[in-house]
Amino acid sequence: MTKPFDIIVVGGGNAALCAAIEAAETGARVLILEAAPKDYRGGNSRHTRNFRCMHDGPLSVLIDSYAEDEYFDDLMRVTKGNTDETLARMVIHDSQECLPWMEAHGVRFQPSLSGTLSLGRTNAFFLGGGKALVNAYYRTAQNLGVEVRYEAEVVHVGMAEGTFTHVALRDGKQIEGRALVIASGGFQADLDWLAEAWGPAARNFLIRGTPYNRGVVLRDMLDQGAGSVGDPTQCHAVAIDGRAPKFDGGIVTRLDCVPFSVVVNKHGQRFYDEGEDVWPKRYAIWGRLVAAQPDQVAYSIIDARSRDLFMPSVFPPIEADTLEGLCAKLGLPETALHTIEAFNAACTDGTFSPQELDGLATQNLTPPKTNWARQIATPPFYAYELRPGVTFTYLGLKVDDTARVQANGVQLSNVWAAGEIMAGSILGEGYLAGFGMTIGTVFGRIAGKEAAAHVN
Amino acid sequence: MSTETTQEARRQIEICNACRYCEGYCAVFPAITRQKAFADADITQLANLCHNCRGCYYACQYTKPHEFAINLPKILAEVRTDSWKDFAWPSGFARAYDKHGVGIAAAFVVCLIALIFIAGSVQSAADGEGFYAYMSHSIMVAIFAPAFVLPLLAMVISVRRYWAHVGGKDLSLKTLRRAMLDVAKMRNLGGGQDQGCNFEDEDRFTNARRTAHQLTMWGFLLCFVSTSSGTVLHYVFDMPAPYALFSLPKLFGVPGGLMLSGGTLWMIWLKLRADSDLSDARVRGGDMAFVVLLFAISSSGLLLYAATGTALVPYLLSFHLATVLALFLTLPYSKFVHGFYRLAALIRNAQNTG
Repeated sequence: MTKPFDIIVVGGGNAALCAAIEAAETGARVLILEAAPKDYRGGNSRHTRNFRCMHDGPLSVLIDSYAEDEYFDDLMRVTKGNTDETLARMVIHDSQECLPWMEAHGVRFQPSLSGTLSLGRTNAFFLGGGKALVNAYYRTAQNLGVEVRYEAEVVHVGMAEGTFTHVALRDGKQIEGRALVIASGGFQADLDWLAEAWGPAARNFLIRGTPYNRGVVLRDMLDQGAGSVGDPTQCHAVAIDGRAPKFDGGIVTRLDCVPFSVVVNKHGQRFYDEGEDVWPKRYAIWGRLVAAQPDQVAYSIIDARSRDLFMPSVFPPIEADTLEGLCAKLGLPETALHTIEAFNAACTDGTFSPQELDGLATQNLTPPKTNWARQIATPPFYAYELRPGVTFTYLGLKVDDTARVQANGVQLSNVWAAGEIMAGSILGEGYLAGFGMTIGTVFGRIAGKEAAAHVN
Repeated sequence: MSTETTQEARRQIEICNACRYCEGYCAVFPAITRQKAFADADITQLANLCHNCRGCYYACQYTKPHEFAINLPKILAEVRTDSWKDFAWPSGFARAYDKHGVGIAAAFVVCLIALIFIAGSVQSAADGEGFYAYMSHSIMVAIFAPAFVLPLLAMVISVRRYWAHVGGKDLSLKTLRRAMLDVAKMRNLGGGQDQGCNFEDEDRFTNARRTAHQLTMWGFLLCFVSTSSGTVLHYVFDMPAPYALFSLPKLFGVPGGLMLSGGTLWMIWLKLRADSDLSDARVRGGDMAFVVLLFAISSSGLLLYAATGTALVPYLLSFHLATVLALFLTLPYSKFVHGFYRLAALIRNAQNTG
């Protein structure tokens, strides 16, 4: 008879792997249950590319320093204060010690990628991206004796009197364990759940990441009285190429053309200042803006002069020699032409400078375009279709600083959570590049160590 | 006039250019990011720059079953083979690539029979020492000089065609030096941080393939130097073979032969373990035959040395010379060409990076 598992880890992404590795290093017998098949293992971690890391001085590929307070200020700015300061500061502080740990467990870093120089000081990029990190961790975990089962979707967490006893899988099997780490991500791939929160418009959203984050364990735990955090009606969405696959389009579907364009909805009307700020700072709000438009679609229109000002997208733009031709190809009404005419008429003379807030603004136009307002006049003309792409959801399990989960007001004795499923505690709103991986790594390691201490 | 293969490579490269996660692995990705549009010649250059280290494949979130179906190592390998066929001279031999495994085997058998026949019929006329007791020096030269020079000429013409196609500029010492260093260290099989590449065990990084390739390449070059030094000793210093252990031909040849046979044997072992879906299936047999042939050359050369003075020499000599002859005759239409094109691509890349 085989010995039962000490620790069961639900999920197969960054947080799950960090937990499994920490636990296995203490000698515990660990089982990873990954819902996806091997080709798609790793949850949304496979789409990530960097780790936001505090550092007091140069560290690995990171230059200069990134102090705790600056990091925390960055977090406060994006979350508008919607964070748990104690947990947030703990994550930020621990990130510095995580980076060498990651390297020691197989992760390789590289200086920031071309086109991401603004992150060179704050974010350490994974050589080869998130899937390479996931691959390295699976190797490390399996060398430590961690058992991994793919296509093993957990549908129910069995508990008796506040103590975890077993998990039930989709195929009806039950597996017993002495401790549980839940690291199974958010629910953004469950369109029905999104539609509950957002209304029927959510069915038109594209899901940027894995189709396997359906929140099954999250709902099961909430149904059993687990404490929750995060706004259940919110998700993080950005405007991506409307031709992206329904799921898993990842990084290549992003579009950086908005600041140099005029954006209209399907009725041919503008609805927001395209030039409000530099793109990395406004990138995140456009998902929501497009989601609020009829049919959740919009069109970003540029002319030949702006064609080379942004990273190439995976899909070629729709192209025409005249604006009439372009609007016809997009199926836009004549109003669109009037909108562009009015925009062009409102443009003023001045210096166009794509790399900075150039102040080149429209006059007497509603809504205005406050930077990079240059006429759309030089053929050929190009357009990209924009749709909201959901990156992650905020609703999750409430945990304390030891990653422990609570239910019905009391701490569960042997259940911990890590990664996106509890990230809403810290990132209650907004988005900070590379911070999801930081939360996952810090809490994954804590959960693994705590669970191991419980069973050993 | 893009072919389907080039078109598919372009589709994949455009996805890579929108992602860029693999930028740190090798020279191919920085070369991609320098451009927004990819002409056929750009694709050819990228394909020849690719060393098939496979790091990008295992790191890719868009491999099958994802609908983007990225498999860059495979599609670039296919473009590479197609380009070698396009540039082959004389053009009629281009088809030889598809069957170069069979070609190598056939060339070997024909050479072997011919050499045994020649050696047998002229043995009485040979009056030299060592090998030359079995086949005179002049006969060897009469066979090998054209068999060496003509394929090399074909190769030069082919690489010049490549150079014109990819818009190569005049050579400079700086770019040449950089490309030579890339080759000498086999930098592009290093994974960007000397962790090696992914080959024999899925996504595990090891330097096995890089080391095996280095042994093969440097072993081959040492053997080449050995032969060249023998030629110089023979003609310039009037010192014909056989040579003692402490002579230039042996000092280069013995370690070279050991490295070449060890490297090729290791490479065969690695190739048998690698995922064959990440390379060009059409030339798998030919590539393997090429490595086996190199192993046969080096091991028979070493055996020949070990067998000095025994009755085995005439048989081993015929075998060894037949393998060498087969290598040279098939040179412009076998895996051998990858070295020439790869060097050209590395020089072109050095020119592009300025």
